[in-house]
Amino acid sequence: MTLEEISSRLQASLPGCQAEMVVNGSPSGQNSLLIDRGHGLAAARVLRDEVGLDYCSNVTGVDWPEREKTDKIKTKQLVDGVEKEIEQTVKTTIPGYLEVVYHLFSISDNAGPVVIRMRTVNRTDDVALPSLTPVWRSAEFQEREVFDLYGIVFDGHPDLRRILMWEGFIDHPMRKDYVPPPDDDLEIAREP
Amino acid sequence: MDQDLKTELSKHGIFATTFEELYNWGRKNSVWPLTFGLACCAIEMIATTMARYDLARFGAEVFRPSPRQADLMIVSGTVTKKMAPQVVRLYNQMPEPKYVIAMGACAISGGPFRDGYNVLKGIDRFIPVDVHIPGCPPRPEALIHAFMTLQDQISAQHLTGEARPRHLKQELPSEFPVPEFGEHGLEPSQNDDVFRNPLKVLQG
Repeated sequence: MTLEEISSRLQASLPGCQAEMVVNGSPSGQNSLLIDRGHGLAAARVLRDEVGLDYCSNVTGVDWPEREKTDKIKTKQLVDGVEKEIEQTVKTTIPGYLEVVYHLFSISDNAGPVVIRMRTVNRTDDVALPSLTPVWRSAEFQEREVFDLYGIVFDGHPDLRRILMWEGFIDHPMRKDYVPPPDDDLEIAREP
Repeated sequence: MDQDLKTELSKHGIFATTFEELYNWGRKNSVWPLTFGLACCAIEMIATTMARYDLARFGAEVFRPSPRQADLMIVSGTVTKKMAPQVVRLYNQMPEPKYVIAMGACAISGGPFRDGYNVLKGIDRFIPVDVHIPGCPPRPEALIHAFMTLQDQISAQHLTGEARPRHLKQELPSEFPVPEFGEHGLEPSQNDDVFRNPLKVLQG
């Protein structure tokens, strides 16, 4: 089943579910489906029970900090009575968010991977996403790892604790803006 | 005692030695390591103890599963910040005299994982290290060389005087503070009594 078919299947089974295709422009061309977080758990059930993706092999996180995108737009304007093409650069700020990526396979159909993503609203206070551990048990430890290193809170996870760092650690080391403690690397800190 | 006189006496069937020599000879040939491996260097350490390299030739064949019976801690592998307190605690539980070999790039400096958020940048920040072995991982020959270096260090120690080893100096500690898990990293991030802070060394 292609991604387009899966996307329309999701939208047919779950009214209001958004399953947007995220195009990967690299030579691998591995496109993915961006599912809205409200329908995340229900969509996962459809993917497992109806599409047949019975195995979740990998869960990972991505940190997208706030970034600026510059677009060049060509517009036609009248300058001194002559129509000319003028290039304008438009800067738009894309707010930051956290993203979780699941790689799904079908053992019974020998198919996959199907990559699905979910995104949080921002990187600071609204970082909750539905946990897919109730659907794929193999996601449990990997969601804990994403929680530990990226700070995404998984609603519905049976045992959401830090897995690599210790209890009481407050940072999320895999975020782009993570700074290690200053006295960590004395050899680099020296000044001439 | 003069070496020539000793040789001359031994020709007549008389063995002369000092208590210091006898004591150090006994110690250096029965250094029992702690059964303790952290990462891939531990595999090389295990290979060193096996028949091909045979660490038993040096009197170190018994790896003790209890720190109370061990003389030598071979820190073989990456020390994560989460593991560091346990490593220091194991060292504290070993009886004096005790020695530490930091085996491999990770144990001496953090190695290829130095920039990792959870990697301790060298175990010598918390416990005194007697021999450092570079390498990633060091070959068994390198570990044997480190072991022989440690034996040389032991046999060169004097039982009296200022140069006597740490365990014979009453005022020096045999236990070192165990770092605690903080909000951002280990607290303290190093033991200044043990670690020669390069910043302070440079500043004089």
